[in-house]
Amino acid sequence: MQVGTSAEAATLHGERVIREIKASGIEFVISVPDITTSEGLLRPLAHETTPRLIRICKEDEGVGICAGLAYTGKRALLLIQQTGMLDSINAIRGVAVEYSLPICMMVGLLEKEPGVPPRQSKRYGVRIVEPILDAMGIPYHEIEGDADLGRIKPAIDEAYAGSHPVVLLIGRRPS
Amino acid sequence: MMRRDECLKTLARHVTDADIVLPVYSTAFDWIDIRPHPLNYLSHGAMGLASSHALGLALGRPDKRVIVLDGDGSLLMNLGSLVTIGEVAPPNLYHFVCENGTYEANGGHPIPGRGNVAFAGFARSAGYRAVHEFADLKNFDQQIGAVLAEPGPVFIDLKIVSGGPQERDYSRIHGPQVRKAFREALAAR
Repeated sequence: MQVGTSAEAATLHGERVIREIKASGIEFVISVPDITTSEGLLRPLAHETTPRLIRICKEDEGVGICAGLAYTGKRALLLIQQTGMLDSINAIRGVAVEYSLPICMMVGLLEKEPGVPPRQSKRYGVRIVEPILDAMGIPYHEIEGDADLGRIKPAIDEAYAGSHPVVLLIGRRPS
Repeated sequence: MMRRDECLKTLARHVTDADIVLPVYSTAFDWIDIRPHPLNYLSHGAMGLASSHALGLALGRPDKRVIVLDGDGSLLMNLGSLVTIGEVAPPNLYHFVCENGTYEANGGHPIPGRGNVAFAGFARSAGYRAVHEFADLKNFDQQIGAVLAEPGPVFIDLKIVSGGPQERDYSRIHGPQVRKAFREALAAR
């Protein structure tokens, strides 16, 4: 994926991400704060009534909450940092992958260099994310700029239609 | 102390056809024999996540009582869920912990803090609307109906001992047919 070649790729507007989240039918956002998405996504979402924000103590809790909601037909988004995703690998393995549930995760990539693909990051904790998702068979999409916004709704729709997890990797701080 | 199977038989008399029940590990194997039902939600993965699944169900189906039968070892792995549930405060969530002081499903080793940890104190501090402890079956039998009529979240600590050896066929918990049956039953009710 080529990134950083246009103004659209170089900017990610938080309100546009939130618009896509709402357009995807998300009724609940389940979150542990993440510095990449803190100001541009989580803080404005906290002022919304829909989707409803549920603050959790640890990311694997969110996997369980999203699973329970999925059985009731309610769509949810787990908004976390990649460190929390890595901490929750066993829950994602068991609940999302082996039980084939539509656990949708929006994951801020802590310390990823803007415009640099995650696999080429100088940060070990960023470089390993996509290979781990590949190993787990979990589809993912890089959301680096506004040009990528069109990936969000189809990814979430497909996760629910096919009952499988999906990860949306937020590669820069939304403005 | 109460025998778990006797305690669960008592509870089962107060669980209605509309209720969702999430039993964990050893409790699950007792429960599915005592009260087989498609609204038993059995597949919560591992590492203590049942209470979190229960919160999701309670949020998504506020018209139903959601009853989680946690283990003490399981709850220790997901103590933060008490705080999350306390904050969200779903009025339809009933959180039991079957406290026997052991990781029964993994060899019966003692949990950390066995006998010293106050699970009821945790729940009270986390903001549950009501907290109860039962160690006597007769007392539990007399009060459980009223407890299940209280607005949640309610926490109930059951001081139990195992009812004896179990046949543990994990396909009865993790098998895809279990989730299919639950999904269809929930959609129909």
